[in-house]
Formats: sequence, C-alpha cells, structure tokens
Amino acid sequence: MGIRTKLSGNEAVSVAFKQINPDVVAAYPITPSTEVPQFFSTYAANGEVETEFVPVESEHSAMSACIGAQAAGGRSMTATSAQGLALMWEMLYIASAYRLPINMAVINRALSGPINIHCDHSDSMGARDSGWLQIYSEDCQEAYDNFIQAVRISEHPDVMLPAMTCFDGFITSHKVENLELMEDAEVQKFVGKYKPPYHLMDKEKPMSMGPLSLPFHYFESKRQQAEAMRGSIKAILEVAAEFEKVTGRKYGLFEEYQMADAEVAIVILNSTAGTAKDVVDELRAKGVKAGLLKIRVFRPFPVEQIVAALAKCKAVAVLDRADSVNAAGGPVFTDVTSAMFGRVDGVKVINYIYGLGGRDVKTDDIKVVYNELLEVVKTGKVKEVYNYLGVREV
Amino acid sequence: MAYNLKEWAKRPERFTGGHRLCAGCGATPVVRTLMRALKPEDHAVVSAATSCVEVSSFLYPYTAWEDSFIHSAFENVAATISGAQAAYEAKKRKGDIVPETKFIAIAGDGGTYDIGLQALSGAMERGHDMVYVCYDNGAYMNTGIQRSSSTPVYAATSTTPAGTEIPGKVQHKKDLTLIIMGHNIPYVAQTLPLGNFKDMSEKCEKALYTKGAAFLNILAPCPRGWRYETSKLMPMAKLAVETCIWPLYEIIEGKLTLNYEPKNKLPVEEYLKLQGRFSHMFEKGNEHLIEEYQRQVDKDWQLLKNLAEMR
Repeated sequence: MGIRTKLSGNEAVSVAFKQINPDVVAAYPITPSTEVPQFFSTYAANGEVETEFVPVESEHSAMSACIGAQAAGGRSMTATSAQGLALMWEMLYIASAYRLPINMAVINRALSGPINIHCDHSDSMGARDSGWLQIYSEDCQEAYDNFIQAVRISEHPDVMLPAMTCFDGFITSHKVENLELMEDAEVQKFVGKYKPPYHLMDKEKPMSMGPLSLPFHYFESKRQQAEAMRGSIKAILEVAAEFEKVTGRKYGLFEEYQMADAEVAIVILNSTAGTAKDVVDELRAKGVKAGLLKIRVFRPFPVEQIVAALAKCKAVAVLDRADSVNAAGGPVFTDVTSAMFGRVDGVKVINYIYGLGGRDVKTDDIKVVYNELLEVVKTGKVKEVYNYLGVREV
Repeated sequence: MAYNLKEWAKRPERFTGGHRLCAGCGATPVVRTLMRALKPEDHAVVSAATSCVEVSSFLYPYTAWEDSFIHSAFENVAATISGAQAAYEAKKRKGDIVPETKFIAIAGDGGTYDIGLQALSGAMERGHDMVYVCYDNGAYMNTGIQRSSSTPVYAATSTTPAGTEIPGKVQHKKDLTLIIMGHNIPYVAQTLPLGNFKDMSEKCEKALYTKGAAFLNILAPCPRGWRYETSKLMPMAKLAVETCIWPLYEIIEGKLTLNYEPKNKLPVEEYLKLQGRFSHMFEKGNEHLIEEYQRQVDKDWQLLKNLAEMR
C-alpha cells in the first residue's frame, strides 16, 4: 500500500535514499541539492539507516568515495548540482568505465559563470556523454519513482552503469507536492540486495580494477560500455513494468501527451513539461492538434522510439534548457534531429533555448512556440531553426 | 609481532615480480615492505594514485597485486580508499560476513603533496581506518621529472632546469609530514625502505594495525630523476638519513619521537654529490647554494629535536 503524503522533491528523494538503505552515501553541500545529504545525515544520526555517511571535502571526493565504495561491493549514492557535478566530471567517466552502478540525484542548476543558483540543465547536459544513464523527472513524484527505478536499472546485470536521476532545482527540489510513497519494505523488496559478481572485498577472488589500458585493449572496453548503454533500454522498460505492478504508476522512455493525432508538438524534459501541458489543453479546446513529448530517458537516447512518436507530426519544436553554444543548437535538439535524419522525412524541426539561469517560463512563452509551429505548418517555411525564448535581445 | 628480518623475509610476497618499475627504484622496496607488514591472514584493499607504481604494477591484463587493488585517478586516492573503507564499515554494521581487511592508499609526492593534498587532508580529518603511504621521490617522475612541492631546493628538474640565471628549484621542500601531524591522527611516521629495514617494517605494521587514520611518508630514491647509478640506491638512502635530510621519526597520538640520531651528522655535500640533479651546486661560485641547503637542513633538524623534547 502506498503512503499518501506531501513532500518537496529533495525530501522525496531523501526518503528514497533512506528506504533503499545504501551502504555508503558520500556527499558535499551545494545549492539546491544540499538538503538531500542534510536530511540523510539526520537519518544516519538517528539510526534510521545502516549507511556509512561520508561527509567529504569536495564533490570530486564524493564521486571518488562512491567509486571506492561501489568497487568494494557496496551500494553507494550521492546528490549534487551544477558546479558539484562539474567538479565530478573526471570521475563520472571513470565510474561508468568501471561499470559501477552508482546512483546520483542531480538537482539541475545553471553552471557558472556568472554564478547563478537557479534551474537550467547545463549541468547534467554537460555530462550527457559521460556514460551515465540519465533519467529526467517532471515533479516530486517522478523524482522519487525514477530514483528507485534507477537503482534497479543501473544494477541490472546487462547494464551495470551508473545513473543520474535529474529534476529541476528549486522548481521541483523545493516545492511541496502531494505524492504517494512506497512502503519501506516494498522499496527494499523492489531494489533487492546488491550482489556484484566481483568486488574488492572478496578475499577468495581478489581483483585489480582500473588498469593502465593501452591501445590494444582500451577500445574494446569502451565498445562494451557503449553496448551496455544501448542494451539498457530493454532493462529500463522491464523495470518500469515491474514498478507499475507494485505501484500502479506507469513509466516509459518518454511520455506522450496528446500525441496520437498531433500535428504540432513540443519535445521537452523536466518541470516545464507541466506548464506546456496546460497550453496543449488550451489549444486542444480550440481544436488545435497540439501535442507534447516529454523525454524521461535521455541517456540512453531512445532513437527509434522517439522517431516513431514524432513521425506523424508536421512541425516539432525541441525546447532546450541548456545552450550548447555551438552555433548549431541545444543538446536535445541536435540529438532529436540526428535521430530523425534519414529515418523520417518532411517533419520540420526547430529549436528553442529557454529558461537559462532560472528565467521563468510561463504559458504565454510556450504559446509563442506553438504559434510559431502553426505558422511553419501554414507557410511550409522555417524562418529560423535555432531560437531563443524569453530573452531580451539587444 | 616483534621484528625479525629472517621471519619477515619468509612472509609471502604480496607484490609480485614482473612489474615494470625501474632497476634501482626506491618505490619497489617501499611497496614490498609495506605489503609484507600485513598479517598473512588479512586481506588488503590497496588503491594507488596515478603514479609510477600504478602504471608499472597494473598494465592490463597483468597485475602485480595479490590483494585487491583499485586505481581511479590522480588526486583522489585518499577519497577512493575512504569510500571502500566506508563500505566495509557499513557491511559489518549490516551483519554481512566480511574478511578482516586493511585499507591502503599509495601515491607519489605529486599525488600527495600537490594534487592529492585536499583529498588526503579530508580523509585524515574524517579519521577513516586506513593507511596513506606517500612514496616521496621529490618530483613527478612518471611524467618525466617535473618539479613538485616536494622537490628539494636547487634540484634540477625538467621544469626547474639549472640555468644561467636560476639554479634549479628556488623554493624549499614542503614539510608534509608535519602538516599531517596537524590533523591529530593517531599515527604519523617518516621512514625509508633501505638501510634500516626494521624501522620501516615496524612503522608499516604500526600504521596498519593502529585503529584510525595513519600516514607514512617514505623516501623513495629515483635513479632517473635524481640521476644516480642504479646500484647506488642503498647508499643514497643511508646518506639521506646520516645527513638528517630525511630524519626517521614517528608521531604517536601527537607525541613526536626521533627514531634515529646520527652520532656524526654528515654534511649535505655527501648526499648531494652523488646525484646529477644537484651537480650545478658544485660548480665554482655556487658554494652559497650548498651553504643555504645546509642551513635549511639544520633548521629543520632543530625543529624536529625541539618537537621531540616537548611534552
């Protein structure tokens, strides 16, 4: 039986940490993720978990300690934002290359500079090629549900890759929302015990991990990592099906909102999807065939599935809350368009960079995007592919 | 158990032959002596920072480690091993069956004095039950002999060449052992692997079997970087001690004890003249460099003697 309660995103994820009762949580404070280790340290102080809480001296050490813990056969977790994730960057690649299923809550915040504590996705988008699974969450319920599922997905024998569960800083992390928690025993049963086949603490089978690997071997290990990422789509869907059986809550690779007959659609992730759904409802009431595709799983990128979902649209706008500053488009846009290239023709796709550094995104902003899409459909012409939403142009 | 060279020599070799460290390298006896100080029945998890020891001991698909070993990166060996040790504590708390395990971090001076100092300080302050071993050869030997904050004054390295205007490295070496003393951990020691096997063996054993964080700073001569004949490894180590350039001491619960005081403290020239990195100090007109070197060694030695007399 689920437990109905009201919690903030950070609280909900801290409860997930507690219910999972990992071996090691190593973390360092950074706004807006700080509350996660803060709440968790209280659980540890009161004996509500058996976890060793390691209050490290930096995020680089947080990820390094998680690597050591997971390599030693423990289940390890952490949480961070922005600069913290950036400081971990070196270790992210090592965690995934060593096939250590570490789990991390990334509470999305804009990267400096200039320094800004509010939401955008430049932090996790910067880590999109680090070999970590990335699962995005619209609200507190999804953040909680995704984190619990991510543990199972990452530890799946066919996957064995670390996972980030991402949700929007302040917008989701600090808003209190009605949600349904699983019972402690249900979570324990769902995640099970972490039993890696090889680990450092096994005296009978001692192992060496992290060699110097020269040109004769390095490439093959990277190839296997890529294959695990590709194969993880199956595991993600398996775990989602099992999760639905327990909780009744359904998850896929992405959510399709009014997509069945949509002619114009927005592709988006995290909290702004909620705002955009309101606009879709409004447009639908006026007879406009508007839809929305909310990406949940960004790494692995579900190429075939996303293409199939967008194939029947006439015009699509991909909204990026991070700019690649590459004169080509945001990260979600370039992935979506390269997925579509050669697989589906004739769909016009445009890009909007929005909400950087916590710039508010209102329904009126989203309406601008749908209006532009309708204009593209009407004229058959795209004026500008790479656009900015809600910024003062000089 | 009390140190007995014959008995210790019979202990199983836990760092096997076939590794790729150079002939005449001081790091090899550091690692072998350290691993021999483990009780044969105990398991060890060793983590090395990126270093000569790391790249030479675990070149895929071969490993020289009989125990478990992990390398993750350069600056974070203390954090990596502290995570493994934390997992061990949690597993014991949860009632999982885990073997008696010792947690060891190994890094060179670059990975310790410089880039790894933050992670080291953090792990020591948190007090993990672990041993951090710095094998100090006074430069970034693995990347080709660049200066570190452990490089002695006037040493020529590839980034502090002895030029016509600048006589090698102009700064004095950082005193890391005393910095770690400031972390209030139960055991800190300075030793070296040759010339006095008893000293290093006993210190390794104490470090491994003292509960809490322990730190060992171990001088490891490097024939490539110091430019000496490989066969001169032994005298190199002995002279470092006899000149008081590398004093042997330990700090137990904050109390510093000198483990060896030379009867006749040798002048620093005896040590410097055997090494190519100091050869410019013996050129005519550079006498003041040797005097300055001696002055600093005398000052450091006096500081240690003063600390040893306290409490």
